Amino acid sequence: MAEAPVVESPLAGPGSAALAGGRPAVGPVRAWLRFFRSELRQVFLRRRNLLLLAVVALFPILIGIGLRLSSHPHGGGGGGGLSFVTQLTGNGIFLSFIALTVLLTLVMPVVVAVVAGDSIAGEAGYGTLRYLLAVPAGRTRLLAVKYGVIVVYAVAVTFVVTGVALATGAALFPIGPVTLLSGTTVSLAEGILRLVLVSLYVSAAMAALGAIGLAISTLTEHAIGAIAALAIFVVASEVADQVPQFAVIQPYLPTHWWNSFDALLRVPIDSSTLLKGLLSFAVYLLIFGSFAWARFTTADVTS
Amino acid sequence: MTDVHAGSPGGPAGPPGAMAGPAAPGRDTARPAGDTARPAGTDTALAVSTTGLTKRFRGGQVAVDHIDLAVPRGSVYGFLGPNGSGKTTTIRMLLGLAFPTSGRAELLGVRMPEGTVQVLPHVGSLIEGPAFYPFLNGRDNLARSDAADRTADPHTAADRINGALDRVGLLAAAGKRYRNYSLGMKQRLAIAASLLTPRQLIILDEPTNGLDPQGTREVRTLIREIAGDGITVFVSSHLLAEVEQVCSHVGVMRTGRLVFQGPLAELRQTGAARIRVETADPVAAAAVLQKLGLPEPLVAGDEVTAPLGDFAAEQICADLVHAGIGVRGLGVVSPSLEELFVGLTGEGYDLDG
Repeated sequence: MAEAPVVESPLAGPGSAALAGGRPAVGPVRAWLRFFRSELRQVFLRRRNLLLLAVVALFPILIGIGLRLSSHPHGGGGGGGLSFVTQLTGNGIFLSFIALTVLLTLVMPVVVAVVAGDSIAGEAGYGTLRYLLAVPAGRTRLLAVKYGVIVVYAVAVTFVVTGVALATGAALFPIGPVTLLSGTTVSLAEGILRLVLVSLYVSAAMAALGAIGLAISTLTEHAIGAIAALAIFVVASEVADQVPQFAVIQPYLPTHWWNSFDALLRVPIDSSTLLKGLLSFAVYLLIFGSFAWARFTTADVTS
Repeated sequence: MTDVHAGSPGGPAGPPGAMAGPAAPGRDTARPAGDTARPAGTDTALAVSTTGLTKRFRGGQVAVDHIDLAVPRGSVYGFLGPNGSGKTTTIRMLLGLAFPTSGRAELLGVRMPEGTVQVLPHVGSLIEGPAFYPFLNGRDNLARSDAADRTADPHTAADRINGALDRVGLLAAAGKRYRNYSLGMKQRLAIAASLLTPRQLIILDEPTNGLDPQGTREVRTLIREIAGDGITVFVSSHLLAEVEQVCSHVGVMRTGRLVFQGPLAELRQTGAARIRVETADPVAAAAVLQKLGLPEPLVAGDEVTAPLGDFAAEQICADLVHAGIGVRGLGVVSPSLEELFVGLTGEGYDLDG
């Protein structure tokens, strides 16, 4: 039965033909960027996440003031186990390294954990996940965008710490050519360049942590559970890293290489340590990224 | 532009052999469900079709049990059943949110969940109640949803969002945070989200849940308008009364099984009509009815009722009078849709599942 093409209505188009054409409004890259920007805005304009960044910014200031007060009488001391503290009185740039060392133990991982743990679990909790997938955002695409946002947030956290610490250090302590851990003195400009490299290294560590958080986040619809699980994971790893009996497994712990950024503060740069650290981050990213993908693309969304 | 249903620019010409679906905008009550004119599997006359669709949860419970849905294009299909009868699980499978244990599902002629990216841009949906970010306002929530859609044109986003908000009457409240919305407003925002781009199919899961009668009426009016644009509407509800006025077709679920599917008129016909005779001598009248061949007449007070079957009421009346029965009143009673629905789905709460 040959039907003449009839009324023009949204229905009239034969299904699959119209569908295959789709509506290519913009290229895939621009569509991807649009989604990424939208999610980025979501995370960075959310009051909770901004507040966390503010808290992170507060710590270097407090540490700087504390060290300034304690170092005043004799021009040294009070540093305990922190190798950078003795150098701080000579050069304010070291406040950045001190702040990173201190905050990497708990504050920075927890702040990254909030955003990473919330990424998928938070959507599931609000019920918005099913709507994003029905849009369709695409499961792999959504996961990639979410991880991209986590990485940007991790970089932001790190640079807020180093940036604020640098400014505070410059305000409270003398600043000038930097004497590195190997005893070599480099210009202030090179010192700051090395600080940027250190920040990138720490960002990579936090990004790897974010991948673990993303994976945990795909397992639950309770964001707070995912955040807590990741924080506990970090603490457990740090504790294990301190127990001598665990020496064999310590290089494989996710937190083991976080503080190895001091390899960048030597001449020549201790690249072997640095590469081991970066390799550790890459392996964790790969394992947990794959896990998150495998889980998220095959699980029923029941929230 | 306020017309959010501008026709989607399809290809200039369809492939040979692909025929236009039921083209007339509005409802297609004539076409029976499961029209066989097209090859199975690529049935473009059906907006939704499933064969043997089954979902078994990990605990072994079968939530959806071999259902064969056939939703004609252009229809308003009421997907009915009590809570827990498998409606939402079915919808989740149709939308690629849950994966079927066995069987297959097609939306607009495209296999799901494989065709998710291809077909879902043409499908708007409300799944198990509205869900948005509580700390964003209505407009920002829609913008977020639109940004996730890779087929949506960013240049027209603002216009389309305003158009959709206007359509559901939320334009004035667009700047209000979602958490301050009333339940009815939340529901309408979810419907607005399903209208952001031109659609061929809208799936609404319990769109009237929790709404007051006024809100329910508004949703019904919206459904009528959407259907009036020629869009297929698949609407689920546990209350027949809420959707029967707008539906052209219904599918009825009971404990995971599809126990009826077809045009609403067909459901009406499944009800066995009974003849009711009012008389001073009901026992004698019952005897006459039995002699005529009507099975098991029931006597109650001065009334006799019996299943009418294929008999003509006029003839029975004549026969009664002929037999000397004084007929005071005579009529044919058909069960209401509600009664039929209850008969299909079971009375009240079905706890045996």
